[in-house]
Amino acid sequence: MAAKLKFDSVKVGDEIPKIVIEGVTRPDFVRYAGASGDFVPLHYDQTFVEAAGIPTVFAQGMYTAGLLSKAVTDYVGVGNVRRFQVRFATRVWPGDAVTCTGKITNKSEKDGEKQIEGDLTVLNQKGEPAIRGSFRAACA
Amino acid sequence: MPDKSVIGKTGKPFKMHVDWSKVREFARAIKDPNPLYFDPELAKKELGGVPVPVTFLQTSAFWTDDTSSPGFGGFDLRRILHGEQDFEFFKPIFVGDTLTGVTKIADLFEKEGGRGGKMTFLVTETEYTNQKGEKVATARATLIETGQAVKA
Repeated sequence: MAAKLKFDSVKVGDEIPKIVIEGVTRPDFVRYAGASGDFVPLHYDQTFVEAAGIPTVFAQGMYTAGLLSKAVTDYVGVGNVRRFQVRFATRVWPGDAVTCTGKITNKSEKDGEKQIEGDLTVLNQKGEPAIRGSFRAACA
Repeated sequence: MPDKSVIGKTGKPFKMHVDWSKVREFARAIKDPNPLYFDPELAKKELGGVPVPVTFLQTSAFWTDDTSSPGFGGFDLRRILHGEQDFEFFKPIFVGDTLTGVTKIADLFEKEGGRGGKMTFLVTETEYTNQKGEKVATARATLIETGQAVKA
C-alpha cells in the first residue's frame, strides 16, 4: 500500500497499471461536489447548464483528476507523490468511459531522494484526451 | 483588458483542519478504497498517520471565504473552465493536522481562444504550512473565463 517502489525495478518507458471506469455518472459528480466543496453548478444543475447553452452537466475536472491520482498512488504507494499536475482538455460527460494511464519518462535523484517522473493521460471512449498531466514520486 | 495590478495580491491566511471523515468521504468520491485512508492503525504503522489523497487540498474550498481569496473582479460562473491544477508536496499531510493556507494571484492574462472566443486566465498559488510551521505543499490553479459558454 504505502511501500515505496524499488527505484532499480523501474525503467523509463514502463507503463503504470491503468484504471478504467466504464461509465461516469451524475451521482459521481454530486458525490465529488459534496466531498470537495466544488459547488460550481455546471456539474450537477441541469437547469443552470441549459440556460448557459450547454447540453448537460459534465464532470468536475478534479473529479477525473482524482480518479487519475489513484492510478498513481496504486503504483508508487500513498505518501510518495511529490508532484501531481493535470491540464484539462476534453470535458467528461455522463456515461463516458474514462481510462487513466501513465508512463515513466525519467529517473533521477532530487533533494537526496530517488525519484521517478511520468506522463499521465486520461482518455475517453473515443480516445480523446480529457486530461494530460505528469507526476513525480519518491522511490526506495 | 484584465487589471494586471492584482498580480502578487494575497488573500487573508485561512486555517484548514484535516478531518478523517472528510478524508474518507473524499477517498470514496474518487473511488479509492485504499485501506490507508480507512484504517488508522494500519496507516499509523505504515506512514505515521492517516494520509490524505493527492488532490485532497481541493477541499480547502470548505475553509476559505471571500477574504481568503485575493480579489480580482470575479468570473462569470457560466463561463468558467478549470484549465490546469498542479500540486507539489514537501512534507506529509496527516489527519489531525491544522494547515494554514495563503493564496496569491500568480498571473492574470488574456488570450484569443477558439470555440469560446476571448479567454481570461487566472493563475492562483496557495502555499500550505502545517501546525509546526513546515511548508507542506503548494497548489497552483489555472482558471479560465471564456468569452461565451463552450457548448460541447
